[in-house]
Amino acid sequence: MELLIYGIVNSMSLILMTIGFALAYGVSRIPNFSHGALYILTGYMAYVFFAMLGLPYFLAILLALLFIGLVGAALYQFILIHLRGMPISEIIASFGVGLAILEFLRWAGLRGMAITIPPFIRGTTTVFGVILDYQRIIIILGGIGILFFLYFFTSYTKTGLAFKAIAQNERAALALGIDSDRAAVLAVSMGAVLAGLGGVFLLPLGNITVEMGYEVLIFALAVSIVGGIGSWKGVVYASFLIGFAQILTVRYIASHWHFVVALLLIIIVLIVKPSGLYGKQKELEERV
Amino acid sequence: MPELRKERLDRGVKVRAESIYAISSMKEIMFLIGPGLVLVILLLILPVSLPSFWQRIMALTGVYVLLSIGFGFLASYVGLVSLGGALFVGMGGYISGLLNSVGVPMFLSIPVATIAGALICTLVLLPVLPLRGVYFAIVSFVYPLFAARLIAALGIFGGTDGIAGLDVMPNVYVLLYVMVAVVIVVMFGMSRLVNYEDLGLVLRGVKDNEQAIKASGLNLTWYKAQAVFIAAAMGCFGGAYLTHLYGWVGMSLFATDFSILPLAATVVGGTGTIYGPVIGAMLLVPISEALRPFGTLRIVFYAVILVFFVVFFSEGILDYLKRKYEQFEHWVRV
Repeated sequence: MELLIYGIVNSMSLILMTIGFALAYGVSRIPNFSHGALYILTGYMAYVFFAMLGLPYFLAILLALLFIGLVGAALYQFILIHLRGMPISEIIASFGVGLAILEFLRWAGLRGMAITIPPFIRGTTTVFGVILDYQRIIIILGGIGILFFLYFFTSYTKTGLAFKAIAQNERAALALGIDSDRAAVLAVSMGAVLAGLGGVFLLPLGNITVEMGYEVLIFALAVSIVGGIGSWKGVVYASFLIGFAQILTVRYIASHWHFVVALLLIIIVLIVKPSGLYGKQKELEERV
Repeated sequence: MPELRKERLDRGVKVRAESIYAISSMKEIMFLIGPGLVLVILLLILPVSLPSFWQRIMALTGVYVLLSIGFGFLASYVGLVSLGGALFVGMGGYISGLLNSVGVPMFLSIPVATIAGALICTLVLLPVLPLRGVYFAIVSFVYPLFAARLIAALGIFGGTDGIAGLDVMPNVYVLLYVMVAVVIVVMFGMSRLVNYEDLGLVLRGVKDNEQAIKASGLNLTWYKAQAVFIAAAMGCFGGAYLTHLYGWVGMSLFATDFSILPLAATVVGGTGTIYGPVIGAMLLVPISEALRPFGTLRIVFYAVILVFFVVFFSEGILDYLKRKYEQFEHWVRV
């Protein structure tokens, strides 16, 4: 039972870490390698607003999310827009930005164990005989909430449908009067906000560290690749696959193997099924 | 304000140097071999003229130059964006270190590590060679991380502490001139390979049109594997060299720097040539070391330079210099 519940928590955490990356890539084909940096930056801004400026916690989080949304929009508007259609350049530029953010934070004092943001609700409870703190329950609920929100957003709102159109066929979408640059700004910005949301949900469980930023990027890549980049269904299944695989290795082998498992899965999936578990044929051609 | 545009014309000496007139006088000959000659002379006099602090950095720069050549070669001529530099360095370093720790002398262990390491790297990358673009980049980036975590998790090869007490080069001049010799041979050798040899021609075909290679009855994977072997051999030599520079081998040989910096060097120096990455690495590594007093802020500078080059100056330094060298430009009214 403990395995099951913590497996679900871990899988949901992976979904929260990945969904922003998957959104930006799924809509605009932008591999946003500054994803991990945005994740950490949100946590740090929330910390700045909450602990240093003394704002109420939820206001601090809202401001941090707003801030990260603007950063995401600026990232596209001023940098990535020059590089559309050159995936390698997009990766270099966005990774460079992420590197700059993370190392600047490290220089500005993000070191050690001191910097944390509190959980939304303190305390623990017992679920089916397993001790679980409220924050982990919030993670599960939040993850489900975000997934439902995205589902309704892309299926029923005009902007969401425009996203879908661009993801399926950019030219046809352009012909129908959808501004692909504006959609891309929105997509990268939303991806950043989702990364930030993941940050504020997950960071209360531990410390805010620079290394975590790099790790989140790797996990996001692992989940996206295993699931098939751009496929949301894939993100969910792959998160559960990797999440449970990690929990099982931690339980039955040793805890420092859990990173190895994610990396091994990437390599195996790329060798055996390059398009990922739920990738489509179109993506297969791009990869192979 | 009349509209102006820049007009570029080839210099006379460039046009003459393209044909048989190249050997008509010293001027044309110097025009052709001048840049290479300057580079070689620079490499030869640097070891004796640098202060001792910078001599070690020059050795490190040499390793990065080799990695960058390998990266540029795979990216520009084979179409594989390989972020596996750290895998090559780590593999070469560990093989040489392990051999040396059981008593194999350094001057044997380095060549063995170069060849054997390149073979192993090629074999582990073999299954993912069909991948292209971003996917190959990601998976090759993951390999060294995986290797480092594996060593840490298994505790083999000295685990997180590494193996210390290995041989070091007898003195700093041997150290540097070995590197200079290798860099010169590799640089001109690779330039020859990609421009004049059959293999280079086939590899360009691999980059531009895989179907054409298949249709010609050539084995695609075999050629890609050869290219990876060449690039890996350079990286493995770099790793083995580093091992005997520090007299120590450890997990830091799988550091991400070895994967990322060659890419940065290629972006800054200019893609599509062998010399671009060389120039990029020779600029970036010393700058990065000179900024070391600023702590991690140097990585910020570095990242900003990188983003600037990618976005606003994507032709790179080499192409820019080449244009200035071969052409003159002036403004004309449209």
